[in-house]
Amino acid sequence: MSGVRLIGFAVTFVALVTLPYWMPGDYYLNVSSQILYYAIFALGLNILAGYAGLVSLGHAGLFGIAAYTTGYMLQQGFGHPAAIIGALIMGMASMALYAVLSLRATGIGFIMITLALGEIIWGLAYRWTSITGGDNGINLHGRPHPFGTAIDTPASFYYTTLTVFLLSVAIMMVFVRSPLGAALMGTRDQPRRMNALGYHVWAIRFWACMFSGLLTAVSGILFVYYTQFISPQAVDLTSSAEVLLMVISGGAGTLLGPIVGAALVIVVKSVVSGFIERWNMLLGAIFVFIVILMPEGLVPGSARLWRLVSRKSRLRRDLKAEAKR
Amino acid sequence: MTLYLLLTVNSITFGGLLFLLAAGFSLIFGLMRIPNLTHGSLFMLGAYFGATFVGGYLSLTFNFWIAALMATVLVAAFGTVIERLFLRQLPGQPMAQVLVTLGISFIVADFCLMVWGGDPVRVATPPGLSGYVHYGPLVFPHYRLAVIAIAVVIAVALWLLLDRTRLGAMIRAGVDDPDMARVVGIRVSQLFTIVFALGAGLAAFAGMIGAPILSVYPGLDQDMLPLALVVVILGGTGSLLGSFVGSIVIGFIYNFGQALLPELSYFVLFLPMLIVLIVRPQGLFGRFVP
Repeated sequence: MSGVRLIGFAVTFVALVTLPYWMPGDYYLNVSSQILYYAIFALGLNILAGYAGLVSLGHAGLFGIAAYTTGYMLQQGFGHPAAIIGALIMGMASMALYAVLSLRATGIGFIMITLALGEIIWGLAYRWTSITGGDNGINLHGRPHPFGTAIDTPASFYYTTLTVFLLSVAIMMVFVRSPLGAALMGTRDQPRRMNALGYHVWAIRFWACMFSGLLTAVSGILFVYYTQFISPQAVDLTSSAEVLLMVISGGAGTLLGPIVGAALVIVVKSVVSGFIERWNMLLGAIFVFIVILMPEGLVPGSARLWRLVSRKSRLRRDLKAEAKR
Repeated sequence: MTLYLLLTVNSITFGGLLFLLAAGFSLIFGLMRIPNLTHGSLFMLGAYFGATFVGGYLSLTFNFWIAALMATVLVAAFGTVIERLFLRQLPGQPMAQVLVTLGISFIVADFCLMVWGGDPVRVATPPGLSGYVHYGPLVFPHYRLAVIAIAVVIAVALWLLLDRTRLGAMIRAGVDDPDMARVVGIRVSQLFTIVFALGAGLAAFAGMIGAPILSVYPGLDQDMLPLALVVVILGGTGSLLGSFVGSIVIGFIYNFGQALLPELSYFVLFLPMLIVLIVRPQGLFGRFVP
């Protein structure tokens, strides 16, 4: 890692850890918590959409399953640890089912199957009222007390989310550099060649799905504890598209991209919702804009623009020097 | 027994509506190789436009069928704009094209919410079709039977278009092998625009025809899109017969599921799709695996 990047990481880390001390007011602290758990979600989707080349439009369904399981088990009188473990197990089991069904295809076929699966889960959340409460959703009461500390205040919840977030980022950094990560990118770029080299392409994709499902379930649990409420709205196609927008806008297949994308989408959403009631039109417009004009995302896109500009100015300087001579 | 007969008629009616929606979706998918995620929005837009022309929200009120025709033409023009202005920018990038259609669907949904508000808009049954047929203890609305007739007529017309005309032959060639079609001199990209406009128009027409039954409300697009998706996965992309059979099957499952298993109706709806994906990934009548 180069010196500049190391300093950048250190500054960001210090800023994140000290955030409750310099952020003005609880509102912004809560927005920061939201950004962090959505960033975990986006990191999870990025494993598939970015590193595996498999765009999923049904991830909000998995997110919702983890959140609904937490809510339902708490409602049935289970304790927080049991609810969290149950949600992780349900999330992973659903992801395994998702993967078995959708990995029959890649590309467009994968999009269609995941979209349909997401719609099934939405339909279940909306219609299966005896479990999910239908449109009324499930309300939670209280947050867990990990290691005997209450996380009911915005600052303490922020630190919990931050811990999970940093852990997720660390795991992602290891994953990307690991042989499995390299093999996954290989199956994205050259699946047939990877197959010929003796890699089990399907198994690699399957484990990538499971990893993605784990991060998605974790963010779903954080989400339901943050909002204390889960309804079908969190599971619908718009939610899946929002997370995909975070990944694509930041830069799919980069470590930093989804995090920047999550921050961008949540900030825009919070700011915009202060002015107009709905933000779907803006969401759609940003989608179209990014896909057509900056398909590689903001992080690599601005890096490219920056290189282009600096190279042009250097070229111009060189030409001027040439002309003077 | 009465209930089942009634459900059967409703299922066939709904299947007919689905066919009008899914035929265009399937043709676009077959030719351009992308699932057009604006298809539900085009259906909803057609219904809203038609309702506006009929309901006298403008100073003029139109006859139901003229309104349906106007909505069809308007939305077909909108489809042309989407294809020419956006999808044309991303040739050979199906993934990006799908995401653009998704973005446009959000814009359209919010636009409809802004213009027509959150309350459902009702469309009256066209005059002359508001009566009922009595058959023993059963009562069938004329309008539902008319919808079945319209769907059959359009199915036959589409079949004639695809099977008996030069344009249809070119579209079939494009579906089977776009590269080879280009080589023999067919302007496939021009076909893209034609098929996209045709599909958009059909979806809008279906929206208006369906409006007296379903009424028009925000979220109608997201209710219809998955149905079109399921029909096409079930029937096979690019196949007219597949869309027809798939629509009727899904029409039955949808209506019977809603009546008999209301809590699990969505789950039941997607089951046949999953079975087809596992057993026959190209769909019942499909020519290729998407």
